[in-house]
Amino acid sequence: MTSFAGWQMPLRYASETAEHQAVRHAAGIFDLSHMGEILVTGPGAGAALDYALTGHLSIVPVGRARYTMICAPDGGVLDDLVVYRRGEQEFLVIANASNTGVVLSSLRERVAGYDATVADATSDYALIAVQGPTAAGIVAPLTDLDLAAMKYYAGAFGEVAGRAAWVARTGYTGEDGFEIYCRPEDAEHVWTALTADGAGAGLIPAGLAARDTLRLEAGMPLYGNELGLDVTPFEAGLGRVVKFDKPGDFVGREALAARAEAGPERRLVGLTIDSRRIARHGYPVSAEGRTCGVVTSGAPSPTLGSPIAMAYLEGPGTGELTVGIRGAAVPVHLTDLPFYRRSKEK
Amino acid sequence: MSVPADLHYTPEHEWVSAEGTTVSVGITDYAAQQLGDVVYISLPAPGAAVTAGEPCGEVESVKSVSDLYSPVDGEVLEVNSELEDDPSLVNAEPYTSGWMFRVRVAQDGNGDPALPTDLLSAAEYEELTKSAG
Repeated sequence: MTSFAGWQMPLRYASETAEHQAVRHAAGIFDLSHMGEILVTGPGAGAALDYALTGHLSIVPVGRARYTMICAPDGGVLDDLVVYRRGEQEFLVIANASNTGVVLSSLRERVAGYDATVADATSDYALIAVQGPTAAGIVAPLTDLDLAAMKYYAGAFGEVAGRAAWVARTGYTGEDGFEIYCRPEDAEHVWTALTADGAGAGLIPAGLAARDTLRLEAGMPLYGNELGLDVTPFEAGLGRVVKFDKPGDFVGREALAARAEAGPERRLVGLTIDSRRIARHGYPVSAEGRTCGVVTSGAPSPTLGSPIAMAYLEGPGTGELTVGIRGAAVPVHLTDLPFYRRSKEK
Repeated sequence: MSVPADLHYTPEHEWVSAEGTTVSVGITDYAAQQLGDVVYISLPAPGAAVTAGEPCGEVESVKSVSDLYSPVDGEVLEVNSELEDDPSLVNAEPYTSGWMFRVRVAQDGNGDPALPTDLLSAAEYEELTKSAG
């Protein structure tokens, strides 16, 4: 167990490598109840979020989700978010646990001029994620929803193991999977039903350590590592979340437009390493012996069989790259992100 | 969690097994479980002098890097080279195939290996891990 943003979280249940492989090849179940849930409701909710966030939320159809960001006026990232449109006038905003307070207060401030209400619903929801290629087969028999018809980044109200839930085809692992938002008092029942049903399909519980290696292989950013107030979405290679073509102003528009025009100050790259040693968060990256960047995340990649890392590089980063691993300059290779992409049968 | 009765232990979670003046060293099952999957181990070079309580290597797991301390004074005779290719042996079999290095220690006045007097018995070590939660 480990302390994380005020929550006690399982870092691993047994072997994090086995948990990682289960999600890649069968399925894993995660308790993600620490994530922040914020409800934005009212006739002006869509327009309010268009102003508050970088995305164009008012055009998202009911039952669909978007990956988006909330930025400071100077373009720095306050948090990355998944937003579900659950009704014409109802959006559920999912924030990182460590940022829920900041997102909540920023949203409250930003919707002030709109006919919309912001409410913290974090303690109203437990979040259980079932992720991996066998996830759909595990969840389907336990729900009244037609999961085969549910698209990636879609969601619907239904029941799981007889308990009311918002079920979405989203996740943070690079695999197919579902996120089940249910009432906290129902969470144990839902978890038990899913683990019992899924055991035959290779489902095992997975902790934060596996979640981190899974998202890293999938090239997904983690707030506090790849994202923060000192970077805009453009540095992280996620400029696509900034929708300049939406009508009206939004917080950060001017600064972000300037950054889009000028180009990012740094760029996020993938690194592979010919060693077992891990290039960890904060380790320096050098080109021809001169420091040119810093590692944001690093871990062993169970899929590739060697360590991987993401790093911010300034300048071209040409020539021989090394990472300083506790005094030793270890050669690394630039590689395209993501490190892993699942094969899509559909 | 296993704590074999016939080994000695340190508060830094190493185990020590003496045969004559040759002492084998590894980390405990408790330590391996706390670290999680071990991915890289840096060991002292054969011939190197090690000092009890001083770092002599590193154990790197998915989530952390920890110093490896020598539990005894002496000269490194041999290291477990199989850990280079398969560091997960430390998780799977911490007391057998997951051993880390062997040290030649001096003899005391009785001809027994000169081990630090503050090594813990299995019972004492088990007590320590329990109080650590």
